[in-house]
Amino acid sequence: MEPRKEDSGHHHHHGHDHGHGHLQMHPSQGHLEPRRPSREELSHIQGWGADLDRKNRPAVPMERTPPRFIDAKPGDPPQQPETVEVLVSPERPGITPIFGTAQPPSGLSGMIRRLAFKSTENDLRHWMLLLLADRVNVVEGVVEDLARGHVPNILGEMGIKSEMKHNPAGLAKKVAITAAVVGAAVYLMKRSDRDQVGYEGDRYGKRYYR
Amino acid sequence: MLAMNYRGPYRVRADHKPDPVIEHPGDAIVRVTRSCICGSDLHLYHGMVPDTRVGHTFGHEFIGVVEDVGSGVHNLKVGDRVLVPFNLFCGSCFFCQRELFGNCHNTNPEATAVGAIYGYSHTAGGYDGGQAEFVRVPMADVGPYVIPDDIHDDDAVLLTDALPTGYQAAEMGDIQEGDTVVVFGAGPVGIFAAKSAWLMGAGRVIVVDCVDYRLEFVKRYAQCEVVNFLEVNDMALHIKKMTDWMGADVCIDAVGGDASGNISQTITGRLMKIQGGAATVLHWCINSVRKGGNVSIVGVYGPTTNMVPIGNALNKGLTLRMNQASVKRHLPRLIEHIRAGHIDPKQIITHRIPLEEVADAYHIFSSKLDNCIKPILIPPSANQVRAVSATAAH
Repeated sequence: MEPRKEDSGHHHHHGHDHGHGHLQMHPSQGHLEPRRPSREELSHIQGWGADLDRKNRPAVPMERTPPRFIDAKPGDPPQQPETVEVLVSPERPGITPIFGTAQPPSGLSGMIRRLAFKSTENDLRHWMLLLLADRVNVVEGVVEDLARGHVPNILGEMGIKSEMKHNPAGLAKKVAITAAVVGAAVYLMKRSDRDQVGYEGDRYGKRYYR
Repeated sequence: MLAMNYRGPYRVRADHKPDPVIEHPGDAIVRVTRSCICGSDLHLYHGMVPDTRVGHTFGHEFIGVVEDVGSGVHNLKVGDRVLVPFNLFCGSCFFCQRELFGNCHNTNPEATAVGAIYGYSHTAGGYDGGQAEFVRVPMADVGPYVIPDDIHDDDAVLLTDALPTGYQAAEMGDIQEGDTVVVFGAGPVGIFAAKSAWLMGAGRVIVVDCVDYRLEFVKRYAQCEVVNFLEVNDMALHIKKMTDWMGADVCIDAVGGDASGNISQTITGRLMKIQGGAATVLHWCINSVRKGGNVSIVGVYGPTTNMVPIGNALNKGLTLRMNQASVKRHLPRLIEHIRAGHIDPKQIITHRIPLEEVADAYHIFSSKLDNCIKPILIPPSANQVRAVSATAAH
C-alpha cells in the first residue's frame, strides 16, 4: 500500500493563535486510493475468480429472454378452481391462475383481513390492518385450542426445553426478572386493596369485611 | 401428516393436519426428506410479516421425493428426488419469461409487491411450506429440479435458497477484480455471499456481525476478514479506515429487518413495527460503500416502509440492486461449483432436529443457542418407504 503522504511541520501544530482562537489546522488527507491485492496474493483462495468472467455469471444480464433452465409452455397456466375464499390484492384485475389455499380467512381476524384488502398495497392501512388481524388471530388460536379440549403448552411452543438445555443461566435470569416484576405487581395490587378496604371500611363500617 | 404449525410470535409446534392434495393439473405432491429453517423464517416467527395466519406451516427450503403428480405434469415422475426452489413460479408470465423467477406475477394473488414463496405467509401467496411431511408443489413441470445422483441431500437442500441467495447477492454487487466487498451478516446467506464474492474475483472480503462463533466460522470457511460491530464505535468510519478511507466497493445486506446495532431502528422497526423491520444494515451499507459503489440487498424487509439515508445514496451516486434470488437460473452453475470443490455447502449445517421438536429448533436458531448456524428438520416421512414401491415389490 502506498503510504499516505502526511505533510510535516506546521499542519500538525494545532491552534496557532494569531487572533483565530478556535482555528484548528488539520493534516492534509493526501491522495487517497484503495489498494488492490495482486492475483498472486489471492492464489490461496479456493475458487478465486472462477466467475470473474461475466459469461460465467448466470444472472448477467439481469433479464434474459427466452428463459433458460425451464420448460416454459406458451400461454398462461390453466386456471385453478377456487374452492376456498382467497383475498385478492386490489392492485390486480383478478385472481392469479395459481394460488395457495391454506388457512382461508375466518372469524374476527378474517373480517379485519377482508377490510384490509379493500385498501391497496400502496396504502399503509392495508398492512397495518393485516398486522392487527394477525394479533387477533393469535387469541383466536388459543380459544380454538381450548374449544377442542387442548390446553396449549405455550412455554413448550416457545422452545423452553432448548432454553433449559442450552441457556440455563439466561433462563434463570428471565425467571428472576419475571418473578420480580410479578411480585412487585402483586405487592402494589395488595397495597391498593388494603387502601381500598380502609376507605370502604371507614365509610360503611366493618360489616362487609370479615 | 405432521407439520410445523405457527401459533403466534415466538410460538410454533408440530401438529397434525390433512395431507395436501392435487388442486391443479400442474401440481405435484412431494414427500419431504429434509427442510431447513431459514433466517427469513425468523421474520415470520417474530411476527413481523403481515398476514401470517395461525395454523400456517412455514418452510421454503426443502427437498423430497415426488409422491404424486397432476394430469398436466410431464417432466417429473413419481419417485423423482427433487429440490424445490423457494420461489413458486409459473414460467410463462412477463417476469418468468425474463428469468426473473422470483418475481412471478401468476402465483401470488394476495400481493403484487412480492412473488410467491412456499410457507411464507399469505403476503407471499398463502401456500403451506415444507416443514412438514408432504407439500403441494404447484407448476411442477417448471419449479422443481431433479437432484443429480452425485449431489448429496444436505447440499441439495441448501441449493433451494441459502446458497443461490448468497451467490446472487454477490452477483448483484457487480464485483470487479480486486474489489473490496463487505458482507453484513454472518448467517448462512452472508457466509455464502462471502464465499461467492471470491468466485467473482474480489480482492478483499470483510464480514460484519455481532455473534463471535459465527464470525469465527465464516473467517475459516470463507477465508475472509471479520469485524464484530459491537467492538466498533461507528460502522461506516470503521469500514473507511479499513479501506484506505474510501469505503468499500460493494456492500451486501444479508441481514434484513431483524438487524440489531441501532437502538432507534430496533425500537421502531422490530418492537413498534412502524417500519418494515430495522434498517440498520441498509443504513450502514449506504454509508460504508464508496462513491459510485454498489449496494446489494438480499436481507428481507417488510412491505411497509423503512428509514434509510437515501439522500446519501443519491449524492454518492450509488447503485442499489436487490431481489429475491431467482433460484432456478443459478442451479446449473452452482452445481458446477460444488463439483469443482469451490463450495461445500453442507459444512454450514450445525443441527439436525426431528420435525417433532420444531419449537426447540426455532428457539435455538432464533436465540443463536448452541453455536447454531443452520438447522435442518427431518420429518418422520424422511425414511418412509413409499406405499407404491412396497406394492410394486410384491
